[in-house]
Amino acid sequence: MVEKDILVHVHQLKKYFSVTRGIFQRTFGAVKAVDGISFDICRGETLGLVGESGCGKTTAGRTILGLYSPTAGEVLIDGADISKAKAKDLLEIRRKATMIFQDPFASLNPRWTVNSIVSEPLRVHKLFKNDKKRTERVFELLNLVGLNGRLYNRFPHEFSGGQRQRIGIARALASNPSFIVCDEPISALDVSIQAQVVNLLEELQDKFCLTYLFIAHDLSMVRHICDRVAVMYLGVIVELGDRNEVYENPLHPYSQALLSAVPIPDPKKDRERKRVILTGDVPSPINPPEGCRFHPRCPISKPSCSESIPELKEVSPDHWVACHDV
Amino acid sequence: MTESFSSKKRTETLSGMIWKRFWKHPGAVGGSIVLGALVLAVLLAGLSPYDPQKSDLGSRFEPPSWAHPMGTDALGRDLLTRVLYGGRISLLVGFSVVIIALLIGVPVGAVAGYFGGWVDNLLMRIPDTALALPSLLVLILLAAILRELDAPLLEKNPVLTIAGVIGILSWMFVARLVRATYLSIREMDFVTAGRTLGASDFRIIVRHILPNAIGPIIVENTLEIGYAILEESGLSFLGFGIQPPTPSWGNLLSNAQEHMTKHPWMAIFPGIMIFLAVISINYIGDGLRDAFDPYKVMTKSE
Repeated sequence: MVEKDILVHVHQLKKYFSVTRGIFQRTFGAVKAVDGISFDICRGETLGLVGESGCGKTTAGRTILGLYSPTAGEVLIDGADISKAKAKDLLEIRRKATMIFQDPFASLNPRWTVNSIVSEPLRVHKLFKNDKKRTERVFELLNLVGLNGRLYNRFPHEFSGGQRQRIGIARALASNPSFIVCDEPISALDVSIQAQVVNLLEELQDKFCLTYLFIAHDLSMVRHICDRVAVMYLGVIVELGDRNEVYENPLHPYSQALLSAVPIPDPKKDRERKRVILTGDVPSPINPPEGCRFHPRCPISKPSCSESIPELKEVSPDHWVACHDV
Repeated sequence: MTESFSSKKRTETLSGMIWKRFWKHPGAVGGSIVLGALVLAVLLAGLSPYDPQKSDLGSRFEPPSWAHPMGTDALGRDLLTRVLYGGRISLLVGFSVVIIALLIGVPVGAVAGYFGGWVDNLLMRIPDTALALPSLLVLILLAAILRELDAPLLEKNPVLTIAGVIGILSWMFVARLVRATYLSIREMDFVTAGRTLGASDFRIIVRHILPNAIGPIIVENTLEIGYAILEESGLSFLGFGIQPPTPSWGNLLSNAQEHMTKHPWMAIFPGIMIFLAVISINYIGDGLRDAFDPYKVMTKSE
């Protein structure tokens, strides 16, 4: 296989939030939100990160961008370690790696005009010398994301959800980044708008050779936009591989259950397929089960599953599964 | 690009918009007119034919008349002249207190609220401690000490001394309010967005969060001006504030107390002035808050 151009390298990343109690703030446990995940994202590629609510997707995305300092492990973005970078290098990483948020209402400063919002990265990174050049760039960015540039003097609340999300995308693009973490960028939007925004993201990816980490729980959308998919469960990646491989041939029982829940727009086919229905609740990430984290809910678990933690192993080219049974 | 930047006709700045909105707010316009008139009158106090301090025992306790629109006091001094001169002091004290409270309270509150954790714990214990003290006693003590001290700036300047004393005891309210506001705003996504862009903590505190915290700060502080004027009255009444014969609205009121039943105008006029000043400042604060709030205005003006 050809040497791949790896842009983002995540190795054994862990993020625990300590839980304190009592007046002395004694630490008595930790929420293991992300517990040792590893993957690479190549330049120009989209990696989908899927999993149910509370499995650590968002925490993973934010830790990768250095918004939370990792408990252990490392994140290299274009070769630079974000948690060890000096102020100046960190600024450069921040220019290269940006983020699109889930909630288009909370992610734009309500007291700022669109111009201020979109030009903030330009000002922070001192990319343009004067206001006029900067405003021209804002115009260009707004047109790029399909908004009328003349609206640059308006406030966020004057826009609809989809338009606001476009403003958020324009901001994420402003500093010419190469890597964008999309934290459920479409789940707060209407279905009709979702498609538009996803198409816009794809279009921009082609145009600027962007690399996305696409966090979502809408599996059909992930299949549409992503090249590779990572399935997370309770802070760990249980399956990672090429999109088609994972969707057509899921090997981990959790992925199978997850994918069998995707609605098929054909009632006949839908009736014929086998649904894997999981019982029980997601265990607490403060006190995850011993061994394989999925074993209490797993339809095929064996006694040995509660003893050792399954490694993520490559079962076929670029298809990794963490299960004792595969 | 089909649309170019230069094709745009009007350039509207954010501050220009706030300015325009402020003047669309009826309360703010009324408040500004009243406060403006007060300030103007107070500044023009020198035009009065009477001396604010020279007594004229021949005309004591005269009720309001054309010669003395607000009457005269126990020493026959024209009350209008004294009220105007007193207004200089009271308004100056009011505004200085708020400036002092803002200068200390906003940075402390913002830093404590933004960083949280031990910084917050450390910084917020100071106002908690200060609030636990009986404020009037501390005010009296501080005023007494500062009066005796030969501090270079404060020595011959009772106004600044009083403003400093009241300011030192009122910044905690500002700090606590600002901290609470920052605590809630810092969790919002747009602050996270600022961090992912690489904005420094200072930039986030000042540029990203402060505009969103300005509403409560303004409201709190316009109220604070009123409190400061009243607190100065209290101190003057106890003999630690502005010393007679220099008039202030506070000591005019307290002097009037013993003559309340017989010569009520002595209390009514300074009282009306305090009332007018406080209420006009509150309305201005209201207008400012709404002007800074983009939501409010859009629903009203369009």
